Amino acid sequence: MAPYIGTPTSRVDGHVKVTGAAKYAGEFNVPGLAYGAVVTSTIARGRIARIDASEALRVKGVLDVLTHENRPRMAAKSAAYKDDVAPEQGSPFRPLYDDKILFSGQPIALVLAEEWEIARFAASLVRVEYKKQAHDTDLFARRDRAFVADEPEKQRGKADRAYAAAAVRHKAEYYIPIEHHNPMELFASTVLWQGDGKLTVYDKTQGVQNVQQYLCGVFKMKPDDVRVVSPFVGGAFGSGLRPQYQVALAVLGARALERSVRLVLTRRQMYGLSYRPATIERLALGAAADGTLDAIIHEAIAVTSQYEDFSRNDTCWSAQLYKSANAKYLHQLVRLDLATPSDMRAPGAATGVYALECAMDELAVALKLDPLELRLRCYSDRDQNEDIPYTSKKLRDCYRQGAEAFGWEKRSAAPRSMRDGSELVGWGMATGVWEALQMECAARIALTANGHAEVACAFSDIGTGTYTIMAQVAADMLGLPLDNVTVRLGDSTLPQAPVEGGSWTAASVSHAIAKTADEVRKELLRLAKTMLNSPLAGAKPKDVVLVDGSILNKATGSAVSIADVMRHGAVDRIERESTVSFKDSNSHARNTHSAIFAEVKVDEELGVIRVTRVVNAVAAGRILNTKTARSQIMGGVVWGIGMALHEETLHDHDFGRIMNANIAEYHVPVNADVHDIDVIFVDEPDAIINPLGIKGIGEIGIVGVAAAIANAIYHATGKRVRDLPITLDKLQRPS
Amino acid sequence: MINFQYARASDVADAVRMIAADPSAKFIAGGTNLIDLMKEHVERPSRLIDISRLPLKTVAETADGGLRIGALVPNSDLADHPLVAQRYPLLASAILAGASQQLRNMASTGGNLLQRTRCAYFYDTAAPCNKREPGSGCSAINRRSRMHAILGLSESCIATHPSDMCVALAALDATVHVAGPSGERAMAIADFHRLPGTTPQRDTNLQPNEIVTAVELPAQGFARNYTYLKIRDRLSYAFALVSVAAALELDADTIKEARLALGGVAHKPWRDKGAEAALRGQTASPATFAQAADLILRDAKGFTHNAFKIDLARKVIVRALTQAARGTPQSQSNKKIR
Repeated sequence: MAPYIGTPTSRVDGHVKVTGAAKYAGEFNVPGLAYGAVVTSTIARGRIARIDASEALRVKGVLDVLTHENRPRMAAKSAAYKDDVAPEQGSPFRPLYDDKILFSGQPIALVLAEEWEIARFAASLVRVEYKKQAHDTDLFARRDRAFVADEPEKQRGKADRAYAAAAVRHKAEYYIPIEHHNPMELFASTVLWQGDGKLTVYDKTQGVQNVQQYLCGVFKMKPDDVRVVSPFVGGAFGSGLRPQYQVALAVLGARALERSVRLVLTRRQMYGLSYRPATIERLALGAAADGTLDAIIHEAIAVTSQYEDFSRNDTCWSAQLYKSANAKYLHQLVRLDLATPSDMRAPGAATGVYALECAMDELAVALKLDPLELRLRCYSDRDQNEDIPYTSKKLRDCYRQGAEAFGWEKRSAAPRSMRDGSELVGWGMATGVWEALQMECAARIALTANGHAEVACAFSDIGTGTYTIMAQVAADMLGLPLDNVTVRLGDSTLPQAPVEGGSWTAASVSHAIAKTADEVRKELLRLAKTMLNSPLAGAKPKDVVLVDGSILNKATGSAVSIADVMRHGAVDRIERESTVSFKDSNSHARNTHSAIFAEVKVDEELGVIRVTRVVNAVAAGRILNTKTARSQIMGGVVWGIGMALHEETLHDHDFGRIMNANIAEYHVPVNADVHDIDVIFVDEPDAIINPLGIKGIGEIGIVGVAAAIANAIYHATGKRVRDLPITLDKLQRPS
Repeated sequence: MINFQYARASDVADAVRMIAADPSAKFIAGGTNLIDLMKEHVERPSRLIDISRLPLKTVAETADGGLRIGALVPNSDLADHPLVAQRYPLLASAILAGASQQLRNMASTGGNLLQRTRCAYFYDTAAPCNKREPGSGCSAINRRSRMHAILGLSESCIATHPSDMCVALAALDATVHVAGPSGERAMAIADFHRLPGTTPQRDTNLQPNEIVTAVELPAQGFARNYTYLKIRDRLSYAFALVSVAAALELDADTIKEARLALGGVAHKPWRDKGAEAALRGQTASPATFAQAADLILRDAKGFTHNAFKIDLARKVIVRALTQAARGTPQSQSNKKIR
């Protein structure tokens, strides 16, 4: 039987998804379900002077209207609202807690009714008066208030002096606007009131145990009394890492009514959740004439809320990636009257590396060097921040294989020198980098005598393919056909897992499954040895593997079927659970890398931009599933196209409100915007990072893509647009 | 969305009677715009009168060689109709430049005429808007006005009409047939939509108790030299920054007849008889086209976020007229600008 790991295995949950059998958080039905609808604030800062729900309460079918004035008890202390991934500094948002307005779109009332339509109608009848206060939502207007949140400025060498002395210098400011996650599935929670003081909560989340712990804190409930379930998630991209307010409100509603409640947010309300913070990035690069870097200075200013300091360092990547004796980096925040930002695919890197890689392109132009050649001259086999080697780094192979697949050597260096009829053609490239993180988690395997195994872990599958890779790893480790493996996940009662994020899930859960399968194998060997004239009598655990439904002695070739062993041992089930943790060793840096090559065609006269080709060559250790992994990287590239050309949350700073809070006006790429995407996984064996050599690929696909496209647009047009998104009017701006 | 009553009209006369009896009622056909607006509480009809089953779904040739299009013909059927595709490809192209296939399947011809603006302030009931609440003020002027008007605007409103189809209908000199309590009447498409003036709450000259029954096209379809060129912030499924419907009748290089209509720049599809007259009798050339562009844009006014549209419109007009003159209309599937 060929191994499943490394193959393009189709999704094991594909059938239930395409047939609609897969149920999402807002789709679980129970008798007696009541429905919620949220009323949100229209101002960005101030207090609620008065809420009048009397008209709403008169609507037939309305059960209750909860506000800060009449809601059931919730915890008072902000610590009770801290979830696993809450920022260290600040007090989490407490929905319906008091009369304070912290951002426009904040929930201020929950209408509960017999039908969703009734709840929605009644929500429109809730009258609110505010005591308004002046608000700030504009990063540029408040950049002078930037402060250091968690990590002070770091420096090696003398960066300013080296920059001043450098033969060739480049300095510029880049900007990434606020972007919203816009997963297809709306945020939703269905709370089952079981009548025995216990709740089952179906929630759209990336971390069921995180939500469970949060709800226990907010409502002072015992963990055994709150079960959180999330078998399928229709996209989240980081927006589901923290418990969102709808889950707290749904539970609040259920407790108020003592019955089951469903709450589904609207698309507009989803823009009142979290987002990628707008960030101003200042880069200064100094190089010798031969293209070796001597100074890297990266300073970033990012948005956060007034009540929490959400900080993801955009600038550390610049100092880590390229060889330079002198480097300085600093990430700062500005507090605005907005909701707290959150992680969005490759937080810190998607934005910080965008700026770095555009700056590198500009430096290459100043040096009259090919942009790829500049990267090679600054290549480092060591993490420049920590001065340690990588567990593996095959970025050179990414550059080489990517360039070859793209045909980079045919690039003519001068801007505006390549064309196709009325279109200018531009080729740009960039580097991508992300972390290869691993987190403590546990897996349980139950092997039954019929040759079937159930593997379970509380991780979520946010559409990335976790079900599938868990099944692949378990099947290989247990020597079973894929169809004989059932995967359970997304349930807080399952073995412990952190949130699904940071690209750490695949490596962590695979390792946990492998370790647990090992326990199962040892138990099978123990039983096999007790058989009369056992062919495995003298075998040591290290001698045997599970393959094709048997325990095989690798040295002797003798084997016993698992079914026989279990029958002999009179066991119909072997169940093991084990936890893996990863030592925070500082001996090696753990990262994934990529090289992105992009072709754009720009109508010379009108500035209409088409991204006609993208090659993304990725070094991310061992790829568990080349099919789902390719989809992941393609998704990252598509998002990178959106970041480069389309995505921007538009605030009206006078009103402090988002003006494009819908997916007609908040643009993401549509099919017409997406052309050829070529994904390459370079071979990157890694014997250090973990026994299976897995790194994870959730974020790396987007990092660098927007820079490659921006650089291609410069190459096509000779026009450098540093503030995203690059819309056609910006190409007409005076230089 | 507020609670509303639902009623179904049995014929056109019934529909007219029902709407006359209830001033706060609305007709619903495809609902692709109305339902969105109801969800946002911008439209709050007490009653929806379903006209989707009325017999207004035929496309028929008229005695004078034109085409009469029933008000309930779906946009996708109209774009794919053989007579439209052959004789009025400009109309087919404009329809296919708008929305998505799914929306076009639902959207009706009459409903497309009655689309409301996509102005973000019109959609956000927390913001003042003269179109939504007359007298409350225009929030868009010098705020988020990227999608807003540069022509025919007023201090009360700088919203744009979002339709692509209507831009082609304007260029083709369509006639809108309506029925009301006192019988039927016809309006030139140019008279159907209104400029905002001091009454931006009124998008059209359709009376509250009238219903659109048909759109009629004259015989001349400009099937040889036409284009619909739409420029937007992504390559599909986005409203126009600027769109141009251009149609020419050429005698060798000489322009005998010209039509030029702009979308995305005004409260209605924008035509300028002076600009078209300037094309007539001239040689088809970039210089001629630029002159026409300057004429049609002579009163254009930009704001902080949309001033770029003036120069963009000039370029798009020249390009569109060039496409039309060459007989190389813009493809709506291949997004490379021809």
